[in-house]
Amino acid sequence: MSAAEEVVAEGHQAVEAVPKRAMTLGTGTSLVVLAALIIMPVFVKNFIIFQMTMLLIYGLAVLALNILTGGSGQFSLGQSAFYAVGAYTTAVLMEHFNVNYALTLPVAGVVCFAFGFLFGQPALRLSGVYLALATFALATAMPQLLKLNFLEHWTGGVQGLVVTKPDAPFGLPMSQDMWLYYFSLAVVLAIYIFSVNLLRSRSGRAFMAIRDNEIAASAMGVDVALYKTLAFGVSAAITGIAGSLGAIAVQFVAPDSYTITLAISLFLGMVVGGVGWLPGSIVGAAFIIFVPNMAEGISKGLSGAVFGVLLFLVIYLVPHGARQIAILGQQLVGRLRKN
Amino acid sequence: MELFTNQVLAGIATGAIYACMALAVVMIYQAIDHLNFAQGEMAMFSTFISWQLMQWGIPYWAAFVITLALSFVGGIAIERILFKPLAKAPVLTNVAGFIALFAIINSSAGLIWDFTIKQYPTPFGSSPFLGSQLISTHQAGMIGVTVLLLLGLYFFFQYTKIGLAMRAAASVPESARLVGINTSWMIALGWGMATAIGSIAGMLIAPVVFLEPNMMGGVLIYGFAAAVLGGLTSPFGAVVGGFLVGVFENLAGTYIPGVGNELKLPIALALIISVLVVKPAGLFGRHIVKRV
Repeated sequence: MSAAEEVVAEGHQAVEAVPKRAMTLGTGTSLVVLAALIIMPVFVKNFIIFQMTMLLIYGLAVLALNILTGGSGQFSLGQSAFYAVGAYTTAVLMEHFNVNYALTLPVAGVVCFAFGFLFGQPALRLSGVYLALATFALATAMPQLLKLNFLEHWTGGVQGLVVTKPDAPFGLPMSQDMWLYYFSLAVVLAIYIFSVNLLRSRSGRAFMAIRDNEIAASAMGVDVALYKTLAFGVSAAITGIAGSLGAIAVQFVAPDSYTITLAISLFLGMVVGGVGWLPGSIVGAAFIIFVPNMAEGISKGLSGAVFGVLLFLVIYLVPHGARQIAILGQQLVGRLRKN
Repeated sequence: MELFTNQVLAGIATGAIYACMALAVVMIYQAIDHLNFAQGEMAMFSTFISWQLMQWGIPYWAAFVITLALSFVGGIAIERILFKPLAKAPVLTNVAGFIALFAIINSSAGLIWDFTIKQYPTPFGSSPFLGSQLISTHQAGMIGVTVLLLLGLYFFFQYTKIGLAMRAAASVPESARLVGINTSWMIALGWGMATAIGSIAGMLIAPVVFLEPNMMGGVLIYGFAAAVLGGLTSPFGAVVGGFLVGVFENLAGTYIPGVGNELKLPIALALIISVLVVKPAGLFGRHIVKRV
């Protein structure tokens, strides 16, 4: 019995309870959010645009974890490792081979897919806490792997690599930050649509069947091993693309940017956003970007404590995260309409 | 040959610490079927408490004992307040809870004692042990304290009524409850003891790795590796696993070219994954058979 399972069960009941008209409310909200995301950069300063870009990027990384945990019911505390591989792929390609930044994204995706798929092989035999443990170890070991001596020529060792920020193409009158924002927005939207469709497809149903009951799924002819590693691969690929966007946006990669703290943040983002609910990813990402900023404003080193306390509050009070709040809101609107 | 003996002995000394961590992890795992990702941070916090006590002028061994007592109470308090309500919650929620605890403890230690690296005293000194160049007195002390602790625990679990009750509550909770054991408090007791064991590990390793909020990260991973190697269901296995991992780590660092200090964590990772893949129950663990 996983949290994701409960979420989905509850979600179905809630969806049935709400009249059909209220469901369009969800679509309406998404359109409003999308419109806001498109218009916003015109009105704000470059720094805020940069933060919004990071929001999209982390949203993408949380989405990837959501597909893995919410979709196929596997844990990962090691997403920072895939994020790091993606970021480094882009940085190395851009700085050593002068590859165009846009072309590095698919390469990072493929590299991370392979990495995730291979890591998924041993992970196949693990479930629950064991998988959490193995991925936790992966995330802890990653910075040291990136510092390896014989890779230093490529990775820059402890120093890391500096990445040049791309200019807007075709002479568009845009700042670099704004161009990067729209570029990220396009990538994120494309992947979001892909993910929604993936979860609705045959493969997505196979993921969920495995999540809900592995034995029953295999009895129905789902190739459990294939789909579990596939989920790992897809999740890693998307995280890797998020990582490469992150490398371009931050203009810098270094081993110590990708520690276990990042993996914990992404995990936290998923729990806050609601496990298995894709739109929640962006809410979770907003949480993990803005809350530490505010906490650091009050006192240095406070962000971990604030994170922890809030995480406990979420677990106790709204165990299904933003999804629960969204469903409550939907029901409320539905009730108001009826009256 | 002398290098080999030297490395094996040094490995046994650090292995003693891993054994303590692994034991703490296994005790909580036995009680509630979850891995405590915050175990290392709890040990670190205890170590800071003992350091603070010593700063206030309390002698080492007094501070040691007070810290043990405080950690014991603290562990029970954490279980009662934070994790008892999560007893029936799914795995994901529990993992999130441990992660939250990890973040809270790590960051509050940084807030209280800040992130600078501190020297931590050793009661054993660091001169050569018994005149031999092989190990220092501190390393010998680490091994000695761990062995004493393990013997104590062994007698506690084998020959006392509470020890028996705790074993019963861990292996068959329903039946234990039927014969009148308060299983809920046995879990809390397990937490308290695990925290106290962790604090011993912290205080023994602190002179080696120095005291700072992130000092236990690597130690915890090795503790996990040890627990997995020995089998998460076997306290004895955890101890054996701890010593094996310590020796393995040192020998790999000495004899495999390219593996220096910088690769220690990836080695632990490789170890964890290969054990889980080849023999998921570990060396001494029970193989868990699930009913479909």
